[in-house]
Amino acid sequence: MRNKLSWFAVPYVVWMALFTVAPVVMVVIYAFTTSTGGFTLDNFARMGDFAVVFARSFQMALIATLICLLIGYPLSYFMAKEGPSFQKVATVLIMLPMWMNFLLRTYAWVSILENNGLLNRLFAAIGIIDLGNLINGGLNSLCAWLNSGVLDWLNGMLGTEFVLNTARATDMTYFRMLYTQGAVVLGMVYNYLPFMVLPIYSVIVKLDNSLLEAARDLGASSSRVFRKVIFPLSLPGVLSGVTMVFVPSVSTFAISKMLGGGTKLLLGDLIELQFLGGAYNPYLGSAISLVMMVIVVVCMYVMNRFGEGEEQAVML
Amino acid sequence: MSKELIRLADCTMAFDDEVVLDKINLYINDKEFLTLLGPSGCGKTTTLRIIGGFQTPTSGDVYFDGVRINAVPPHKRAINTVFQKYALFPHLNVYENIAFGLRIPKIDEKGKKIKLSEQEIDQRVMEMLQVVNLKGFEKRRVTSLSGGQQQRVAIARALVNRPKVLLLDEPLGALDLKLRKDMQNELKRIQQAMGITFIYVTHDQEEALAMSDTVVVMDSGRIQQIGTPEDIYNEPKNAFVADFIGESNIIDGIMREDGVVEIFNRRFQCLDKGFAKDEPVDVVIRPEDVDIVPEDQGQLKGTVTNVTFKGMQYDIIVDFYGFKWLIQTTDLSPVGSHIGIKIDPDGFHVMKKSEYSGMFGDYSSYSEEYEEISDVDYEPEEEGKEGGNEE
Repeated sequence: MRNKLSWFAVPYVVWMALFTVAPVVMVVIYAFTTSTGGFTLDNFARMGDFAVVFARSFQMALIATLICLLIGYPLSYFMAKEGPSFQKVATVLIMLPMWMNFLLRTYAWVSILENNGLLNRLFAAIGIIDLGNLINGGLNSLCAWLNSGVLDWLNGMLGTEFVLNTARATDMTYFRMLYTQGAVVLGMVYNYLPFMVLPIYSVIVKLDNSLLEAARDLGASSSRVFRKVIFPLSLPGVLSGVTMVFVPSVSTFAISKMLGGGTKLLLGDLIELQFLGGAYNPYLGSAISLVMMVIVVVCMYVMNRFGEGEEQAVML
Repeated sequence: MSKELIRLADCTMAFDDEVVLDKINLYINDKEFLTLLGPSGCGKTTTLRIIGGFQTPTSGDVYFDGVRINAVPPHKRAINTVFQKYALFPHLNVYENIAFGLRIPKIDEKGKKIKLSEQEIDQRVMEMLQVVNLKGFEKRRVTSLSGGQQQRVAIARALVNRPKVLLLDEPLGALDLKLRKDMQNELKRIQQAMGITFIYVTHDQEEALAMSDTVVVMDSGRIQQIGTPEDIYNEPKNAFVADFIGESNIIDGIMREDGVVEIFNRRFQCLDKGFAKDEPVDVVIRPEDVDIVPEDQGQLKGTVTNVTFKGMQYDIIVDFYGFKWLIQTTDLSPVGSHIGIKIDPDGFHVMKKSEYSGMFGDYSSYSEEYEEISDVDYEPEEEGKEGGNEE
């Protein structure tokens, strides 16, 4: 290995120093500073107040990543198994949304999920909402009957204290989909799915076909070939896919703002508030992003250690 | 030794109208070492893949032990394969690679699942490591092994399942010469020790002659000749076989009568019979069957145009009336010298004319460089045609 950098590397070193190292250093400095410029750990001491936000952000990012994996892995697998012309078309279709502005395509979901948006109008048109109301009505009558004495009798018999709340009282005219956590997860999945599909696809498509033939030759059924050969060898792609979905999902703020209505804060919203919002406090904001960064780095480190063996094997 | 195990009946294989195999008929005996020999693209690998179950013939039948197995998938055949590029599982170590097949539950005649115990697996893997001389390598990553070692793992991984037939697709192609010779002996030893049928694919005629009980010479999707190594070498059926197996001078001749052949307008005694009177034929004369004598005692007279020292002998090119012969001799005849030659009756081999007549056996273009070019060791065969799914 040569330790000396060639001259060609200089522009990149300068670039990284200016736009990667310097901002991180600034975040670190801000995180340990008071508004008057003195050193402090207070910003970190307040982190406990945001434990709920941290937990919620990581939980939702995790759910989004899992859903991306569940959708993305089979999709990549079948893409890789199809003919080259299908692969080209599929790749373009998966990339296509990424060529549109991120805010615009997220905003498009608002008009789809709205109370009188596309989906609700569709549901109304094909009678799904009426069906929902019908079931709801039925449940209400059942509850009413149970509460009219049956439950008391049961509790008396068993010595228990079951209480039944009545279901939704009034009929719905729409399903509430926008401004829910589900909508936020949907936004994450929609926006980051390509980052899951592409790395997994590119690993699977490069798998040596003779390995699969060898496994079949040794007596493995199709499902065994998948479990014992294809899946373990595709783990590096899964790892980078998970990383590329999880990290932006944890720190996103536009998605939760547009689709979540900003009522249940995520980390991204919280940090944004400290810099651009009413709570202006860049020192606290830096501390929060620093803590988030450390947690993400630790997660990624653990995961990469876990998959190290496979990665090595595929690279060789 | 003589029980028939595999039969290919009129097997044809075509990819997009391109015929790769043309009505192959072949049977393979139990415990036989059979080699499919031919140049790149001759159909030998396709034949192997049909036997292994990786490809289904476009038409024709494959029988195993008398049962038609056209539609039986690879994992249900009592056949295992050693692949050209080994195809070892990079995520598993040597031990787990070899144990891969053993860990798969088998289903017996009554439909019951049989699973080997860890102890049994361990015993058989260790046994196999002993056979291929890889004791102590169990925990090594396969990617850290040399080519020869990887080859042994691949052989062990296939043999540990105790198949009735082992298919080997140019398994020594990527090894250097010395290692290749060692592995040839090793393979022959393993085959005899385990009493398994080996079907071996190679383009290296020396390898084929050295290891096989039976050699099948193929070209352009057809079988050119089937026989023992001695048969193939001594009694080639046509100019292609004569040229592909060893060095040959192939000369236009006329069979005047039984035991008399005419070349260069001279009649020679030979041992061949059964041709029509005055039938045009191809005559093969092996370079080592020619004796050099003083010019005035020779049956034919010529001029030496090229001499190459080969260690054991000299390869000399001699011009006879405009046709250049290759002669192997231990005595040096310098370039430009005039020599005579003598050929014993058993030195002639007469063949019927075929589509290959006139294509081989002339050493006019002979040179060191030419020989090197034409002796390319490894060429991937029929790529693109074979697997539409190979990317």
